[in-house]
Amino acid sequence: MQTYDVAENGLRGLNAALQAQSDETNQTSWEVQNPKGSHAIAVGLDAPIEVTVKGSTGYYCAGMNQQATIRVEGSVGPGVAENMMSGTVVVEGDASQYAGATGHGGLLVIKGNASSRCGISMKGIDIVVHGNIGHMSAFMAQAGNLVVCGDAGDALGDSLYEARLFVRGSVKSLGADCIEKEMRPEHIEILTDLLERAGSDAKPEEFKRYGSARQLYNFDVDNAAAY
Amino acid sequence: MKDTDQTIPRTLPIQSATFTNPINAEIRRAAATGIYDIRGGGAKRKVPHFDDLLFLGASVSRYPLEGYRERCETSVTLGTRFAKKPIELDIPITIAGMSFGALSGPAKEALGRGASMAGTSTTTGDGGMTPEERGHSSKLVYQYLPSRYGMNPNDLRKADAIEIVVGQGAKPGGGGMLLGQKISDRVAEMRTLPKGIDQRSACRHPDWTGPDDLEIKILELREITGWQVPIYVKVGATRPYYDTALAVKAGADVVVMDGMQGGTAATQDVFIEHVGIPTLACIRPAVQALQDLGVHREVQLVISGGIRTGADVAKAMALGADAVAIGTAALIALGDNDPKWEAEYQKLGTTTGAYDDWHEGKDPAGITTQNPELAARLDPVEAGRRLRNYLKVMTLEAQTIARACGHNHLHNLEPEDLCALTMEAAAMAKVPLAGTDWYPGKAVF
Repeated sequence: MQTYDVAENGLRGLNAALQAQSDETNQTSWEVQNPKGSHAIAVGLDAPIEVTVKGSTGYYCAGMNQQATIRVEGSVGPGVAENMMSGTVVVEGDASQYAGATGHGGLLVIKGNASSRCGISMKGIDIVVHGNIGHMSAFMAQAGNLVVCGDAGDALGDSLYEARLFVRGSVKSLGADCIEKEMRPEHIEILTDLLERAGSDAKPEEFKRYGSARQLYNFDVDNAAAY
Repeated sequence: MKDTDQTIPRTLPIQSATFTNPINAEIRRAAATGIYDIRGGGAKRKVPHFDDLLFLGASVSRYPLEGYRERCETSVTLGTRFAKKPIELDIPITIAGMSFGALSGPAKEALGRGASMAGTSTTTGDGGMTPEERGHSSKLVYQYLPSRYGMNPNDLRKADAIEIVVGQGAKPGGGGMLLGQKISDRVAEMRTLPKGIDQRSACRHPDWTGPDDLEIKILELREITGWQVPIYVKVGATRPYYDTALAVKAGADVVVMDGMQGGTAATQDVFIEHVGIPTLACIRPAVQALQDLGVHREVQLVISGGIRTGADVAKAMALGADAVAIGTAALIALGDNDPKWEAEYQKLGTTTGAYDDWHEGKDPAGITTQNPELAARLDPVEAGRRLRNYLKVMTLEAQTIARACGHNHLHNLEPEDLCALTMEAAAMAKVPLAGTDWYPGKAVF
C-alpha cells in the first residue's frame, strides 16, 4: 500500500505519482490522505491500480480516468469522473453537479445522491446512483446507461440521444424528446448487471426505462416549440 | 392638348431601403420552408475593419529599414506564462480551429501540411483529433469544446496546446451545428452520434459555468497534461475587456479573441449577422485588459475574424496582438469558392465568392464536405502547398509594412504607426483620424 498525504505534499506530486503507474506496476494499491476538498484529485490516471481517497474532494475528482479503480470515502464536488474512459469510480457519499459528465466509458457509482446534471452529455459511461438525482440530468446524453435507484428531478433526459435511463422512483418531469419506453428482456439484463456491479440490492423489475423519442433528430418546423 | 395616361409624368419605381430584395427573398424563403436560414462563413455585412486603417510609414522623425536586406523577424512564442513547453512559431499567423466533419479529411490534411511547411500551428475542431491531422501537423492545438465530441486524455496529451473554446466570433453564445448530410459513418463514430441526425453541439460547457469554475477546469487540464502545454481560452468578441481579464484570472496562457467576421461551418444567418462585435472593435479593449493586469506579452493575444492579408496581420499586431489566426482565408487558399467551379456553383443556385452552404456537404471544391467523391477533388499535397505559399506571402507583406515603419520585428509595430480613415475605425482602434491627432473618446486636454 502506497500512501500520499495531499495536505503535506501537494496535488502535483500526487497526480504525477499516480499517472506514472503503468500496466505492469506492482504499486497497485494507493491511499490518498487529507484530500480536504482539493480539486482535480487523481485525474488522468491510466493504469489498473486501486486508489482510495480518505475524505471528501472538490471538483473533477477522477477526471478522465482510464483503467483505475478510485474509491472516495466521502463526498465529491462537481464533475466527478468527468469524461471517464474506463475503470471504476465509487463515491461513498454524495456527488455535486455534473457527475460523470461526458464520460465515454467505465462505471461510476454514487452511493448517496447526485445533484443536477448528473450524466450530462454522457457518451458511453455507466452511472449508478443509489439515491436521487437532480434536475436536467442526462441532458443531451448520447450513449451509456444511467441507473437511479431513487427519484429524478425535473427535465430528465432533455434532448436525449441514445443513452438509456432507468429510474426506480418518481420522475418529476421529462425533458424534451424523452419518453418512457418498454422494458424488454435485454434491458433487464443490462440493469441486473449494473446493479450487481454497483452493490445495489434494488430489483430490476422495479425500474422504468426512459429514452429518446427521436423526434428532434432532424429539424421539423412542426417541432419548433421544442427547440 | 389633353394629358393622357401615357403622357402624365410618373414617379419611378422606388425600392425600399428597408424591404430590400434580399430581405424580401428571405421572407419568402422563410414562409415557404418554416426554417431559419443556415449557412457557413462569417458576417457578410460591411463593418469597420482593418481596411479603415492606414500605416503612416517612415518620415523625417523615423527612418525605415532596407526593404530586402535588413532583417525583420516574424517569430512568436505562445504560452510563456505557465506551460513548460510553449509553442514556438516561425510566423505569427496560425490556422484556426475547424473540425473534421465540417471539413473533409483531405482538407484537414492540407491545413496541417500547409501550416507545418510555413512553420506555424493548426487547430482541431468540434469532433476530436484524427490521426491524419496529428500526423501532418508539426504543431497541433487541440480544441476543448462544450460538446466534448471525441474528447479523450490520450489525444489531449498528444496536443502541443489546448484551446478551451468558450465561444466563437460567428456565434458568441451559440453551439455548433453539423447537419445530417455531413454525419457520415466516421463522423458519427467519432462523435458517438447516430448517423444522419442534425447534430447541434452544446453552447456552454457541461461541467463548468463561470470564471471561477474555469480556473479549476484549467487546473484539471494542467494536472492531466503535467503542466507541459499552453492552455488557450478562445472567446467570441462581445465584451473583450472583461472576457480577457477573466480568462487571465482563470489562468490562461493565451487569449484568442474571434471577431464577428470569423467563420463557422454552419449557423443561423441571423446569429452570424446580428450577434457579436467586429474584429477591429475587440483588439484594443483586450490589450487594455492585459495591460491593466500587467500581463501584456506575458499572456499572448491571438486575434481572428476576417484576417486576409499581410496588412491585416500587421494592423492587428500594431494594435497589440501577438499573433492572428485565419480560417476562411485558409479555406480560400486551399480552393474554396474558386472560379473554376462556377458552373457547379450555378447549379447549386449560387456563384463564386458567395457559396456559403457549407452545411449541405455539396462543396464542389471538396473542402466542406464528407462526400467521398467530392472530397477526392482536393489534392492535400497541392492544397497544402497553396496554403504554405499564401502564409508566406502574408508574412512577406507584413514584413514589408513593418520595415517601412522602421521595425525589425513584427512585434515592434505599435498603434502610433497607424491612423484611421473613418470616425468609426478611429474610435474602435483608438488611433487618430488621418491628418489629425484625435480620435473619438480621446481627452482633448
